[in-house]
Amino acid sequence: MSFPFLSAIIFLPAIGAIVIALLRKPSQQQVRGLALLFSLVSFLLSVYLFLAFDRSNTAIGVMQFVEKLSWLPAVGSSYHLGIDGISLIMLLLTTIIGVLVVLVSWKVTLRPREYFIWLLVLETSLIGVFTSVDLILFFIFWEVELLPMYLLISIWGTGRKEYSAIKYVIYTVSGSALMLAGILTLYFTVGTMDMSVIAQTDLTQLKAAIPLTGIFLLLLAPFFIKLPVFPLHTWLPDAHTDAPTGVSVVLAGVLLKMGGYGMIRVNVGFFPTVARDLAPIMGALAVIGVLYGAAITLRQTDLKKLIAYSSVSHMGLVLLGIFALTNVSLTGATLQMFSHGVVTGLLFALVGLVYDKTHNRNLSALGGLARRMPIIAVVFSIAGLASLGLPGTSGFAAEFLVFVGSFTSNAFASVRIVTLLCAFGIVLTAGYILWMLQRAFHGPPLEQYDKMPDADRVEMLCIFSFAAIIIVVGVYPALLTDIIQMGTKPITALLGAP
Amino acid sequence: MNLFLLTPELSLFITAVLVILVDLVAKKKGVLIFLSLLGVVVSGGFAVSLWAQAPDALFNNMLAVDHFALFFKFIILSALALTILSSVDYRRKFGRGDGEYLALLLTSAVGLMLLSAARELITIYISLELSGISLYVLASFLRDPKSSEAGLKYILLGAVASAVLLYGMVLVYGLTGATDLNQIANSIQAMPLKSILDNPALLMGLTLVVAGFGFKISSFPFQMWVPDVYEGAPTPITGYLSVASKAAGFAVVLRIFHDAFGAPDWLSRDWGTLFAVLAVLTMTVGNIVAIAQTNIKRMMAYSSIAQAGYIMVGLAATSVAQTMAPEARGAVAFFLASYALTNIGAFVAIVAFSNKTGTDLIADYSGMVKRAPLLTLGLTVCLVSLVGLPPTAGLIAKIYIFNAAVQQGFLWLVIIAVINTVIAAYYYLRVVKVMWLGAPASEEPVPSSAALRTALTLAAAGVLLLGIVPSLLIKLAQAAGKSMS
Repeated sequence: MSFPFLSAIIFLPAIGAIVIALLRKPSQQQVRGLALLFSLVSFLLSVYLFLAFDRSNTAIGVMQFVEKLSWLPAVGSSYHLGIDGISLIMLLLTTIIGVLVVLVSWKVTLRPREYFIWLLVLETSLIGVFTSVDLILFFIFWEVELLPMYLLISIWGTGRKEYSAIKYVIYTVSGSALMLAGILTLYFTVGTMDMSVIAQTDLTQLKAAIPLTGIFLLLLAPFFIKLPVFPLHTWLPDAHTDAPTGVSVVLAGVLLKMGGYGMIRVNVGFFPTVARDLAPIMGALAVIGVLYGAAITLRQTDLKKLIAYSSVSHMGLVLLGIFALTNVSLTGATLQMFSHGVVTGLLFALVGLVYDKTHNRNLSALGGLARRMPIIAVVFSIAGLASLGLPGTSGFAAEFLVFVGSFTSNAFASVRIVTLLCAFGIVLTAGYILWMLQRAFHGPPLEQYDKMPDADRVEMLCIFSFAAIIIVVGVYPALLTDIIQMGTKPITALLGAP
Repeated sequence: MNLFLLTPELSLFITAVLVILVDLVAKKKGVLIFLSLLGVVVSGGFAVSLWAQAPDALFNNMLAVDHFALFFKFIILSALALTILSSVDYRRKFGRGDGEYLALLLTSAVGLMLLSAARELITIYISLELSGISLYVLASFLRDPKSSEAGLKYILLGAVASAVLLYGMVLVYGLTGATDLNQIANSIQAMPLKSILDNPALLMGLTLVVAGFGFKISSFPFQMWVPDVYEGAPTPITGYLSVASKAAGFAVVLRIFHDAFGAPDWLSRDWGTLFAVLAVLTMTVGNIVAIAQTNIKRMMAYSSIAQAGYIMVGLAATSVAQTMAPEARGAVAFFLASYALTNIGAFVAIVAFSNKTGTDLIADYSGMVKRAPLLTLGLTVCLVSLVGLPPTAGLIAKIYIFNAAVQQGFLWLVIIAVINTVIAAYYYLRVVKVMWLGAPASEEPVPSSAALRTALTLAAAGVLLLGIVPSLLIKLAQAAGKSMS
């Protein structure tokens, strides 16, 4: 067996956490240095996988870098890892954010040791979700994420942190409870926990204990909550607003994507015909998510809340892309997840910087910051413009693919109207993003911010890396889309698309 | 007849007698602890050596020596060992009767072990009483009003339950003319359906048997005694009650309902549905009432009722298709083993806290992480396992048992059960939150003895180990499930 790259990438952060836990009275520098080291090695290994990934036509729909060990035969589960195009992109996103979030959290002084331990455990669970091929393993990694998130929000958060943390937990546990019921029913129907095998099985030919739509809905619930889809989104603004900056970055950057990833991999991948039957409803929910999310965002005056609500709107586009069920729209949805992860991660990091320096997140009390902190202002503008989909940024590439893919779809009758309505969301997005940039950074400078320093070296390194990714992907999206397509093609092939 | 087959019970019983005798002469009572632990190890060793010989039977089929019984003996012995370790410091509160305390623990374990092997109604009843009477005394071992109340409640309700059970057994015996479980099954199958339906005595007997054991396994609506007894009893005994007594109760229920009432199909489907409904009520009542508790022992009492509800999901799953029943029994066995480790671990931590702080209020656990990091970590692992989060045994156990239930067509039951786990997450994590996030009442560290630390480390390590490599124990649990068919 070749070197277990995926296991190494998954468990390096966890090993880092254990190393930090075993140190005797480490200093803050040692702790964050170790956290950076372990997440960086994990990131470099995933870059290696990105380069070594077999892009030939014969590899389409084939899991690569597979590892398989017998683990829990009693329920047909094994320790089975592997990646296809979609997982690779998500893996890459997770490890990038994993490194950057350590930099974002560089100045955490409250119990830094525990903070980085939980952050690293969180990273392990996220990578595990995106690389599991076995359903039970997927479920277990999905659950691991819960406890670190709970503690990170409730110890290091601000405001109503304990309320937000428990709300997050209850939403997530409800979803995963239904997921477990769904997984077990599915296992009973198909007789295997191997996701790549289930994806190739025509479930409509099998005799299920309950109608396939029932299993589909059980498995949809956790992903709906995670993405989040209206009306299950209410945990998100609370969790985002009260979480510490670093955790908001992970939450927006990676956690929401577990929902989108799950929908593509499980709901569309396993039940293509059910997905097509329910696509009109999903389309309607996508429109509500995009427009309602954007409308609420327009009303926000707290910078962090504003960006949190904008996620609801952007994730609506992911939902549209997924259930338009074309190759292009699915590729767009995946790219949108990647792009949103980086863009919104950066926005939260920047809001954190602004807040650290001004101790204020309220737009009405900010103004003219561009003169005091030009670097932050410029990067903030880049991120904002990427968020509204300016050409040349990753946001444009992703949204364009979603709209083109959905508009040409024939998944359901009204798909064009739905797409047009969603596209109108862009206008609202432009509204709140530009308004926010104008309020916070332009206009007459305020006296109380006269002595504000700009970003220091660590902060610059961090935000410039984010910005570089946004522009590179925006200029040359094929870097990622070629790989994503290798994962989406077999899924759309199930629906008879070329 | 081969008496070697009885060595696990015999060696424990001899240890109990020795403990009483040595107690008369020994100046240092620590030697009694050592002696009891030695007895447990010897008994466990005999049980291991019997694993290869099984299946076999004793006394004209009255006692089974199969993998199923042996598996439960391992659970009971592990629980017993951890309970003895956690009593090392706690016994100072009694001020007297070290020898009696340990001897009663050992005899109760003998009763429970016999119960898990019994295959005949009279033997079942005698084993039940042997364990029961020892436990009644143990529950009132602290000489304070609460403990006495606990003991009295336990003995009164226990006596009623025994009477109900006995009445049920009499009805069954009267209609089938047999006390041997297999013979009961034979004569039930020989009865024409019409005569069973015309004369409901058999079904009534069955219902009374369920009621009698419902007390033992703390099923709704026979769970009323649990919170009071658990709160008042000495904490190590509470842990022991919640685990060993429950495990043996489930073992005997599994055996009776498989051996005696497993056929015909309509009959097993009947009691399967009965257990399914009871499971829903048990776990829902347990979980919802647990939310309101402020005393951790009472919270754990309701939590143990809820956990019994999850186990009854597995019990219901053994009823339908006989081909899959071994799988479901294996799941129940595994769940009980993982629950035993987890719950005893939690109680060891609770004992350690209350030894020093003298309180069981959840609010007093505030900021424990700063005062006793090791205990806090151990208790957190156990609570996380009770919620059923990875990487702990509790999650694997739930997956395994729910899997068995889904395969038997109890999807509705599993959905209710998973919703219950969400409710449960709230109150378990609340304790975790208080310990990790609360402000400590004082800076004074909470020390714990080596025995308690050993017990807690063993339990927590076991919980994690079974969560990461569950196949070690699942193989044994499957063997246990298959051995009874």
